[in-house]
Amino acid sequence: MLYGTLFPSRLLLGTAQYPSPVVLRQAVEISEPSFLTVSLRRQAAGHNEIGGQAFWDLLSTLKIPFLPNTAGCHTPEEVWTTAQMAREVFETPWIKLELIGDDYTLQPDTLQMVGVAERLLRDGFNVLPYCTEDLVLCRRLVDIGCEAIMPWAAPIGTGRGALNPYALRLLRERLTVPMLIDAGIGKPSHACEVMEWGFDGVLLNTAVAKAADPTRLAAAFKKAIEAGREAFLGGAMIPRETAEASTPVVGTPFWHHGAP
Amino acid sequence: MEITINQKPFKLPQGASINEAIEAFGAQPPFAIALNLTFVHRQRYGETFLSQGDALEIVQPVAGG
Repeated sequence: MLYGTLFPSRLLLGTAQYPSPVVLRQAVEISEPSFLTVSLRRQAAGHNEIGGQAFWDLLSTLKIPFLPNTAGCHTPEEVWTTAQMAREVFETPWIKLELIGDDYTLQPDTLQMVGVAERLLRDGFNVLPYCTEDLVLCRRLVDIGCEAIMPWAAPIGTGRGALNPYALRLLRERLTVPMLIDAGIGKPSHACEVMEWGFDGVLLNTAVAKAADPTRLAAAFKKAIEAGREAFLGGAMIPRETAEASTPVVGTPFWHHGAP
Repeated sequence: MEITINQKPFKLPQGASINEAIEAFGAQPPFAIALNLTFVHRQRYGETFLSQGDALEIVQPVAGG
């Protein structure tokens, strides 16, 4: 449930970097994501990217809600303008707020994102902020009205899985809003792990698009996310320091007092 | 007057509207526009007039993560 809307899947899928539009379509059809992330770029540029009318035609046939991003924005003003353009083009109030604070790590600008998130919320956007696992930042985003947040697992495109499990698990314990892990997931086991911790969903792109077989990885991620969610709801056991036999000990044949 | 559209120079008649700039550029829908980093709603293209040195951005949907 995000901003009052119930979604059928806990997977959100990016549309970039696939080997071909056909493979993108296959990955979408097999993983059945709740959102497809999309972006905006200058019309004359982007010939290395899937874009323009052909991309629009493909998107239109997939019938999955769009989640436009503000990727590449470095100032709150750029985010504000890009979000408004995205709302007009994609005809949606949803926006993945990306405000980059460091080009090397693509770390979000944690000092300026709260202000622009608040401005977008006031203007009617459903803001999904891409943020770090910083508890105070995430709490501020919730305080100003974000009904869901998207902390990173690791820097975008690294595929390293959760680099700071302690902080992410603490964040999950302290905040009750829906939280989607965005960025840094590389393998289905990474996605399963964060879902086991109680996160509400996972946003993927590179991990699927750059796999040797994106369609197969898309299917694997779907299963991993579902498995992790079930494990969280089922209440996985607490690890123990010492062995404890699972087979009953009482009645063991040949057993007797004084055995080593 | 000279303006830029997506950072490339274009010469337009003095006081041209955004509609004229779109035509000069040959923009293909769907697209959205920002003038000097301010979003312009599509309903206002005909009534928004350009000045020397203005910077127009015309963007289209692309793949994103």
